Amino acid sequence: MANNIDAPVKYTAKDFTSNQDVRWCPGCGDYSILAQVQRSFPEIGKKKEEIVFISGIGCSSRFPYYMDTYGFHSIHGRAAAIASGLKIARPELSVWVATGDGDLMSIGGNHFIHTCRKNIDLKILMFNNRIYGLTKGQYSPTSEKGKVTKSSPYGSIDYPFNPLSLALGAEASFVARTIDRDPKHLQEMVKRAAEHKGTAFIEIYQNCNIFNDGAFSILTEKETKGDNVLVLEQGKPMVYGKENDKGIKLDGFTPVVINLKDGKNSINDCLVHDEKDPDPIRAFILAHMTDHEGMPTPIGVVRQIFKETYNEGVERQIKHITEKKGEGTIEKLLFTENTWEVN
Amino acid sequence: MAQETEKEILGLSDVTIRFAGDSGDGMQLTGSQFSDTTALMGNDLGTLPDYPAEIRAPAGTLYGVSGFQLHFSSNDVHTPGDTPDVLVAMNPAALKINLKDLKEGGMLITNSDSFDAKNLKMAGYSTNPLEDDSLSRYKLISIPITSLTSNALKDSGLSIKEITRSKNFFTLGITYWLFNRPLEPTLAWIESKFAKNKAIADANSIVLKAGYYFGENTELFTTRYTVEPAQLPKGIYRNISGNEAIALGFVAASKKSGLPLFLGSYPITPASDILHFLSGFKNFGVKTFQAEDEIAGIASAIGASYGGSLAITTTSGPGMALKTEAMGLAVMTELPLVIINIQRGGPSTGLPTKTEQADLFQAIYGRNGESPIPVLATSTPSDCFNMSLEAARIALKYMTPVILLSDGYIANGTEPWKLPHENEIPEIPVHFWTDKESFAPYKRDENLSRPWVKPGTPGLEHRIGGLEKAHITGNVSYDPDNHDFMVRMRANKIKNIENDIPDLEVKYEQEGDLLVLGWGGTYGAITEALIKVRAQGKKVSQAHLKYLFPFSKNTGEVLKRFKKILIPEINLGQLTTIIRSEFLIAPISFTKIKGLPFKSSEIQNKILEVLGGSNGK
Repeated sequence: MANNIDAPVKYTAKDFTSNQDVRWCPGCGDYSILAQVQRSFPEIGKKKEEIVFISGIGCSSRFPYYMDTYGFHSIHGRAAAIASGLKIARPELSVWVATGDGDLMSIGGNHFIHTCRKNIDLKILMFNNRIYGLTKGQYSPTSEKGKVTKSSPYGSIDYPFNPLSLALGAEASFVARTIDRDPKHLQEMVKRAAEHKGTAFIEIYQNCNIFNDGAFSILTEKETKGDNVLVLEQGKPMVYGKENDKGIKLDGFTPVVINLKDGKNSINDCLVHDEKDPDPIRAFILAHMTDHEGMPTPIGVVRQIFKETYNEGVERQIKHITEKKGEGTIEKLLFTENTWEVN
Repeated sequence: MAQETEKEILGLSDVTIRFAGDSGDGMQLTGSQFSDTTALMGNDLGTLPDYPAEIRAPAGTLYGVSGFQLHFSSNDVHTPGDTPDVLVAMNPAALKINLKDLKEGGMLITNSDSFDAKNLKMAGYSTNPLEDDSLSRYKLISIPITSLTSNALKDSGLSIKEITRSKNFFTLGITYWLFNRPLEPTLAWIESKFAKNKAIADANSIVLKAGYYFGENTELFTTRYTVEPAQLPKGIYRNISGNEAIALGFVAASKKSGLPLFLGSYPITPASDILHFLSGFKNFGVKTFQAEDEIAGIASAIGASYGGSLAITTTSGPGMALKTEAMGLAVMTELPLVIINIQRGGPSTGLPTKTEQADLFQAIYGRNGESPIPVLATSTPSDCFNMSLEAARIALKYMTPVILLSDGYIANGTEPWKLPHENEIPEIPVHFWTDKESFAPYKRDENLSRPWVKPGTPGLEHRIGGLEKAHITGNVSYDPDNHDFMVRMRANKIKNIENDIPDLEVKYEQEGDLLVLGWGGTYGAITEALIKVRAQGKKVSQAHLKYLFPFSKNTGEVLKRFKKILIPEINLGQLTTIIRSEFLIAPISFTKIKGLPFKSSEIQNKILEVLGGSNGK
């Protein structure tokens, strides 16, 4: 394979496929996520040896084994913390975290919010199936209230996390949502995350056909998805519906659906999507849209802002202090001002 | 009334002084300034800061008392001193707590201004001890330090609060005069420390000098003392604390290995100083990551190690507990990492600011599965430098996490350290694997170490992780025979390190009736105790373990040469238990768990008791 540094390497999806047998259950949504990542990676402009996948524990966390990049399958919840250390030590690498709703939102919740807060340049793919799969079917921190599972035989009494809202609240600089059954959109989101500088969080709705089958079917089945999915596009009015006949407008801070064919409303009444808005209020409205009855589920980039990344800050300080004080040596380290000589 | 009287100067060889006051009285600063000046004068010294966990406990309370003990001498010093010759008590509570330790007939300097009804009551005194006869066994020198400080600063324009805060410099000035120390080092320190606030800098300098001249002019002191420089080996010296020596040791290891240093850490007493020091060394290429918790501290270090850095994480007991699972990951993925535990009183939150040695079992055994990690221990503040280099060497050569144990006593104590030059510090060779043809992630070299590959190396893309690995290929494996093989392989790899570390050395007779075996911070007290009992003609030998797992190869053979083994420890006998199980011998355990180091006299008495002689009482 050509490996000329000057010319971009031409990869195909196959180049990112490892020699390991994939061991997810047949029919699992993870297969599609793996395929879309492998298909989009030839276009992100990174050499495969510069890409690292780090994961925690759970079905999603087997992901690194199947990618022919560098990979590290670590311990439950800690992927973001391990990835942070790697990215700070080696800022030139493209560091990805493959994780799930249990791994990232429950046991790894603290690492997740602080990674976002610090804007460490990691790409976090969270496979949200709203269930614990690998431990065979307990409710997760994103399971809906009332869910009956092995560990909640009378229904879960937990309120779920809203992952987008959590990421926004933790000041992630890139927040997006996509669905395993929408390959083109998923690829698009992966590429957008790859380009972003800073913490990029993608919530991927993923079907667990064993323990939580059909959790997102309303968003993926042909008959229903048109009327229930709102695809966000930068600078475009929020229009959706099987017949493109529905729009979103704001009533105060509350989003409402308008009928674009009833003669009373037009496309000009629709809210225009601005993912770059420095004010996070609109992003929060999108994240919480489905709190309201009858509202569609937005997918796409909810927010993207630009600020110095943590790893850039580290390099900036090192450069500045080294210029100011000169590069450190062992002699300079030990023989400081407060020494004395014994003859 | 000041008089021009020439005061007698008395030469002493050995002095122990303790400064005690409220935790807001600046006693740690007073003590460390006195130490640094004393070090610059060429005395050997040892220090023991002893402070409460509360940053500013309510003034005047017994639990808010903070102390700093310093032992300086014209001879070799091994401990911060058993019993102070001089006690400075800034208030009644400090007197109440510390008086019991003052030597019979010792000098007691008090701030009489603070002995008012309120403070006396808070300390539990029904009458003023400065005025009744209760202190007649001591040389009491009662000085109105607060009012003398206020007088010295009456024209300064500072607030009463600011003026009162300077009084520790008056105390320092008095003791500088009393022990014939120069003011210049502290004056220079004040100037740089308070560079941004000239009014405060001037005030502190004025008060320091006022204290010094008060000593010279007052009739309260008839004598001043001098302690000649110690006969230390030739060289350039610096006064160093254990935590600072660890920071310097790992920066040196970074330079000698050619690897960038990464510290992932979460603040915890008494380990935080290492994070503070290293975060200042940016021009040495050091990257410090103040993580969101202890787990992220070690996890980020594992990530950095995976990326090819010399990675370390620093903590104390409770943090060790939190890092445990990640240590297992480093064992399984066979990545180099040093975990530094500055032990403190436990269990749980325990005694955060006090010393203890009770994390030895935790270090050696405290993980799930068969999870061997080399364990090293430092013995003195300056030894921390060498042991840090050694921990880094072992981690990098054997592709393994290493635990380095220190403790609160070593961490905060200081001693003069003869600085090594760059060429006296050994290189640490490191090899990153780049060859495509012969690569397998879990293929082993002659040390049983697997190859270290930096992500970014073309053609060597591979996956590692916490699941059991197949021998050579590193693929996930649930094969029973492979697991048995790999468990034994990891154990052998660590056990083999015994061939690569120095023998356990015995000081004095190489065989005999009694060997005192120590580890960690008990070194000074044991050394001092042996000097004393040997001066009485007793034949006792000493050995100190720096390698706790694996032991130096000759350890069992050394122990069998002595009829009795005495092991003093600041725990309930953890090393004793390990020695008993490892070598099938029955050592005598001597333990104390008060959050304080051993006094050498305690060990001395125990040795005499074991030898069957008088215990000196």
